[in-house]
Amino acid sequence: MSAPAETPGRDTPRGGLLTRLGRVNPVFWLLIALLGIIVILSPNFLEPFGYMNFLRRAAPIAILAAGQVFVLTSGGFDLSQGAVVTLTVIGSSILLGANPDATAFVIAAMLAAGVTVGVVNGLVVAKLKVPSIIATLGMMITLGGIALTWSGGAPRGYLPDTFRFFGRFMFKDVPLVTILPVAVLVMIAVCAALWWIMHRTNFGKLLHAVGDNPRSALLAGVPVTKVRVGAFVLSSVSAVIAGILLGGFAGVSTDVGIGMELQAITAAVIGGARLLGGHGAVGASVAGALVLQALFTVLNMLGLPKPLRDVVQGLILISAVAVATWRRRRSGED
Amino acid sequence: MKTLKLTAALLSATILALPAGAQNFDDPAEFAKQQDLLGATANGPADKPWEQWFGDAMADTSAMATEGAKTICFSNAGVNNPWRVVGWTTMQAEVDAQGDAIADFIVTDAEGSDDKQISDIDDLLAGGSCDVLIVSPNTTAALTPAVEKACETLPVIVFDRGVNTSCPVAFIKPVGGYGFGIQSASFIAENAPAGGKVLMLRILPGVDVLETRYSSAKRILEEAGMEIVGAEFTDGDRAKTKSIVEDYLQREGTLDAVWMDAGATSVAAIEAFEDMGMPVPIVTGEDQQDFLQKWEELGMNTIAPTYPTYQWRTPIIAAVRVLNGESIPGPEWNLPQPAITNETLSQYVNPAMPPLHYAMCGCEGMENYPALWGGQ
Repeated sequence: MSAPAETPGRDTPRGGLLTRLGRVNPVFWLLIALLGIIVILSPNFLEPFGYMNFLRRAAPIAILAAGQVFVLTSGGFDLSQGAVVTLTVIGSSILLGANPDATAFVIAAMLAAGVTVGVVNGLVVAKLKVPSIIATLGMMITLGGIALTWSGGAPRGYLPDTFRFFGRFMFKDVPLVTILPVAVLVMIAVCAALWWIMHRTNFGKLLHAVGDNPRSALLAGVPVTKVRVGAFVLSSVSAVIAGILLGGFAGVSTDVGIGMELQAITAAVIGGARLLGGHGAVGASVAGALVLQALFTVLNMLGLPKPLRDVVQGLILISAVAVATWRRRRSGED
Repeated sequence: MKTLKLTAALLSATILALPAGAQNFDDPAEFAKQQDLLGATANGPADKPWEQWFGDAMADTSAMATEGAKTICFSNAGVNNPWRVVGWTTMQAEVDAQGDAIADFIVTDAEGSDDKQISDIDDLLAGGSCDVLIVSPNTTAALTPAVEKACETLPVIVFDRGVNTSCPVAFIKPVGGYGFGIQSASFIAENAPAGGKVLMLRILPGVDVLETRYSSAKRILEEAGMEIVGAEFTDGDRAKTKSIVEDYLQREGTLDAVWMDAGATSVAAIEAFEDMGMPVPIVTGEDQQDFLQKWEELGMNTIAPTYPTYQWRTPIIAAVRVLNGESIPGPEWNLPQPAITNETLSQYVNPAMPPLHYAMCGCEGMENYPALWGGQ
């Protein structure tokens, strides 16, 4: 194991450990601090029903954030994630209303729809050169209209238990943790897969290159269009998966996806993703999502009403970007 | 200067006059009246509650009789919730059941918009072919002028939500929102531990039938000394309901009862307790099949007041009678408002019907039952 690089004149090995700790993304410290506050406010949190339910509720946002960070790293925004979630829940309920045994088929159909949405988003941004904010905003409105037309306004239909398995079922009598929600398993699997794509494949590196400087990436021979499309596809597919979890959680609901894309962006930014592209990490984004959920939990325990939670979320978003920018300037990357 | 003073005087007068026009959703007189109706015996056929009425006030309609088959016009606030969907299906079945007595049934759907409903009523009046107009108003205050205008030209029957005018021939409704709140809150007061924690969940503000449910329930719960830990709006959304209940469980540690002003999301509230591994306390609901089935499955101790969808049959029956010159209960036609209790639950549970089918639809004997209502 090689010694960490040290600047000339620096001689303390203690500085090495602190420097390493200082380089750890602050989002993890924030998460630990918030979890500590939760435990103080409610020691029940340490029971399996406490922290497992916390993870179960955080799972959809974590998956959304992990997908969103791909688009953020490529230099764009995906505002259509929330609409994809809503469409998944409503579409599944309508398709399954006709045939409750077709769960696997319906899930496959929804994933295919997610891929289609991602491809369209990516092509509009890469080929038509429409700024991603506008492109995905348009997609969000379109999907919302499709969902409302398809469902006729009122959520009919029902989600059978086979579908709700992913969002709601919990394995009982599991050794060590007593209960294990399937949603948590899905979150771990999906986030691990996305982490691997981002940090262990060439695609991830190309993504960073495109986000950092699209012009030079293009000149260097990076297939920019394919990379952008890939990022949007991953973002939309993760939205479909989050939709399956959310549909399983509470059943059919027309409002379920509203505002989720902004929560996902907030989570990714808290995790240190740069808003204009070039830098993003899946692990930190997931931690950011957990931070957001922990924050909501603390606010709830303190008895703050929902509108105040929105205020806090907005302030967190601003502070997170400010802190991240300050850190980068200080370390000389900007 | 004079204009300024005049404007100021007019403005103040308007502002002071506003409360007089505003709707009072916490009227002790109406509360007492509905409490009495809940315990009273209804007149009319006991096996057809949609034809029953209370008291003996009748409206004389002999002047409104017409010859031959009638054209009935109906301005519907919308079919934007499962209750209205079941009611609308039942109403259409009633029209079919009336057969040749009805020549034409013209319907407009306001899709939940006051403005659209006002213009719908204008269109129906302008069309000139209506013999009678049935209105289910979207909101009380906004639709009052339109109903008053309609009253000038033809008989009007209002049902479900009310309007602030007595010009319609009859206002058909079950006992009412105060009654609903009384039934559910009294059950909680009698069955929950003294001083227990109650969470009140409401769909949305501003609808008279829902506001009165809340105000009467709150009055009863407070008088019984229960601790109301919160009153939240759910928009009738399952995910939101479940999240709110989970949040309160996290915050309060335990809840002894959840009072809900409607039953469409009761199952979501129940699931919140199940998912947190806690025993399910009293969660009130309504006559939706999914709630009734969950109630039976878990062996819960609860009550389901109803706002019977059979009230959608009555306006058609009333319209035909009015145009035949027969008298009908009026100006208010109060229908029975039964609640489903632990004892009567088994009569209403029916897994063959869709989860959001309302058991109190009075439709079991009608043609095309159960297929028309989505059952098997």
